[in-house]
Amino acid sequence: MGKVLNRKGRLVPMSDTNLLLTITIVVFFAMYLAAMLFIGRGFLKIQTLFNILNENAALIILSCGMSIVMITGGIDISVGKLTALICMSAAVNLDYHNGSVLTAILLSLAIGIAFGVVQGYLVAYLNIQPFIVTLAGMFFAKGMTTIVNSTQFNVQNEAFLALKNTRVYIPFLGSVNKLGKFVPAYVEIGVIVAIVTVILLFILLRWTRLGRSFYAVGGNSQSANMLGINVRRTRFAAHLLCGLLAGIGGFVYFLHVGSGAPSHATGAEMNAIASSIIGGTMLTGGVGNIVGTFFGVLSLSTIKNIVTLLGLDDAWWTNITVAVMICIFLVVQSIVLLRKRSRS
Amino acid sequence: MQKDSVLEMRGISKSFYSVKALQNVDFTLREGEIHALMGENGAGKSTLIKVLTGVYQKDGGEVFLKGHEGPVSIKSPEEAQKAGISTVYQEITLCPNLTVAENMYIGRTSGVITKWREMNAGAAKMLESLGIPAKAEQQLGTCSIAVQQMVAIARAVDMECRVLILDEPTSSLDESEVAKLFRLMLDLKARGVGIIFVTHFLDQVYEVCDRITVLRDGKLVGEYAIENLPRVELVSKMLGKELNDLSEIKGSGDGVGSDEVIYEADRLSSVAAKSPFDFTIHKGEVNGFTGLLGSGRSECVRAIFGADKVTGGKVMMDGKPVHISHPRDAMKHGIGYLPEDRKRDGIIGDLSVRENIILALQVLEGFFGPISRAKAEKFADEYIKLLEIKTASTETPVKSLSGGNQQKVILARWLLTNPQYLILDEPTRGIDIGTKIEIQKLVLKLAGEGKSVTFISSEIDEMLRTCSRLVVMRDGKAVGELKGDELTQNKIMSTIAGGEK
Repeated sequence: MGKVLNRKGRLVPMSDTNLLLTITIVVFFAMYLAAMLFIGRGFLKIQTLFNILNENAALIILSCGMSIVMITGGIDISVGKLTALICMSAAVNLDYHNGSVLTAILLSLAIGIAFGVVQGYLVAYLNIQPFIVTLAGMFFAKGMTTIVNSTQFNVQNEAFLALKNTRVYIPFLGSVNKLGKFVPAYVEIGVIVAIVTVILLFILLRWTRLGRSFYAVGGNSQSANMLGINVRRTRFAAHLLCGLLAGIGGFVYFLHVGSGAPSHATGAEMNAIASSIIGGTMLTGGVGNIVGTFFGVLSLSTIKNIVTLLGLDDAWWTNITVAVMICIFLVVQSIVLLRKRSRS
Repeated sequence: MQKDSVLEMRGISKSFYSVKALQNVDFTLREGEIHALMGENGAGKSTLIKVLTGVYQKDGGEVFLKGHEGPVSIKSPEEAQKAGISTVYQEITLCPNLTVAENMYIGRTSGVITKWREMNAGAAKMLESLGIPAKAEQQLGTCSIAVQQMVAIARAVDMECRVLILDEPTSSLDESEVAKLFRLMLDLKARGVGIIFVTHFLDQVYEVCDRITVLRDGKLVGEYAIENLPRVELVSKMLGKELNDLSEIKGSGDGVGSDEVIYEADRLSSVAAKSPFDFTIHKGEVNGFTGLLGSGRSECVRAIFGADKVTGGKVMMDGKPVHISHPRDAMKHGIGYLPEDRKRDGIIGDLSVRENIILALQVLEGFFGPISRAKAEKFADEYIKLLEIKTASTETPVKSLSGGNQQKVILARWLLTNPQYLILDEPTRGIDIGTKIEIQKLVLKLAGEGKSVTFISSEIDEMLRTCSRLVVMRDGKAVGELKGDELTQNKIMSTIAGGEK
């Protein structure tokens, strides 16, 4: 176990990143299969899986940004409150300032990038702990949200609502309803955005110089410096990218809920961290995979769905289950990595 | 700039925390030569190299490179690489989470896209031509330290550099690996690469180098052709004094010890030292563990100190059974342990010299009985003087000291606890001759005072000078015990090799 064939057909030990990715994917499918077999009901419908995607498109994008920062050896805890700020700003722009969907999108991206630039500068060039910097960013975003608008309101802009209600039907997938009629499955626009993001970031991390620099810096930043990698620029880029993804994710979240509220996306940063960890990204940096993160988000929300379908529909039950699952994942990961170390 | 030189450094100066690390140093490297950079710890070798590679910025002076008009300014390792200067450091400066191939190519490829296929093929070819036992697709962290070191060299070789800096590359390599490295160096030399070779092993200098530049206390002593500088003179130039101590340091105490048994282990084993071993040490005795790298010598002493999880065996101290399962237990029974890897297990880099020195004593006293500032100051001053630790003040962070002085700080830490049994695991690795001899003398002095010492070193002649009894290890097992007349280089070698009949 834990070995792959290289091109010459010899066995080479799997890299930590790929090993953890494999664990995550296997666990996700095992869990989903178990849910289909033992709970049945909704889990047998393909739309349930798509609903999980619809609900979590924004979280997938936020988690991707989180993973990149974590691979580089940092963390960003501002993304949740940043999402709330983006929702509120976009909502205000649409309804109070005669904005269009385009200006709302541009505004969202601009806010995300602005946070990325400032936080990235503080972390990379002034050497401040990412936790502290993004903690400050979190409070700043929280305060700004209330300044922009202190109460919740639903967006009335028609062009926006049309986009929000757009459903992309998948004709060949679906289920037959009680009346015997075939109902095709659908996803929202956000899911398409999320999947494209995952694919692009996967390519970025696997095949580009910047992507590989993230891993090198996270693995050992001093060595990376000696190897000729510009560590500061790489760290800056990670936070910038995380900010940009928070901008995209924030707008996708807004598109899903269609309202602005200070309480939006509460705890999203923690869910993003949890998803990244379940997806095989290590907090110590240098190890992680975007595809893993994608499955991390799916695993996390599948757990929540299972808990709900079992009739334990209490927030604390969900939380306890998630906590236990994260612990199990971490234990499995460290056992596998330890066994691999001791064998080599 | 001279016609045949590839690198000239003129009047380089650099200071840290008001310590002058380099003062007005000149250095010239010619095409196709292997140039040894010698000096004691703290002489400024590492600083000079870090200035050259852009890790540190120089305070004054100029650097000239072949092919560049006028002085060049190198502000980062990235720029140094681009200018054709590659470095292999003593500590591995690669990323353990990446593959071998990636470590060889990252940070120096042009283009945005990583071409895995090309990279793996190129790396595999390079690894094969250099005879490095690693696979291109393998994650670097799964290779042994020696292999990682060779991967670093392969990277430098592949970069077709003009200047190759090898900063103590041999300290973690065994003999056959060193020979392989030397073949490689001579090959590069023939291709016209200028090689700067930093090492503490005199034999190695005389084996491969053409020229020697000696530094002392941050100043240039001189540049010599190898044939004009006999060994003894080199050593005296490095130390700045004539030295006859080398052969006759035994005598301040013979390190044989009395009959009184201080420590006795019966079939002791740990998670790291899997096969159980017996071990006894007497009062005032200096004994040693010897064997090749990876033969299990460090694992044994770590088991004695409780540094790894103890899995079995009985331990007696002063004739009474004791239970040691944690370093704290060992310390309470008067055992001190100076670890092999001082950066990882020894110093706490960001703390001051004073804080590092009192650390072990503070643990013994308990954290609710803090050592007063004045007392700590007094201890620190006392040991800085005793061991001649070169530091700007007691408040200097330990990480800014040179390797040998860091080692002395850890030694001071243990001496302060006044242990009856002190274990020194490779205390002289990566340390200059002057300090080495001081440490060897100190070991014998401690033995003369009735303390027992276990001394581990990769250098056999050093063990012969200090130890009165040697336990020889091979493949995790003690395969012989030598004392008295048996303590000769040949006998040790044959026991290590397994030639006894």
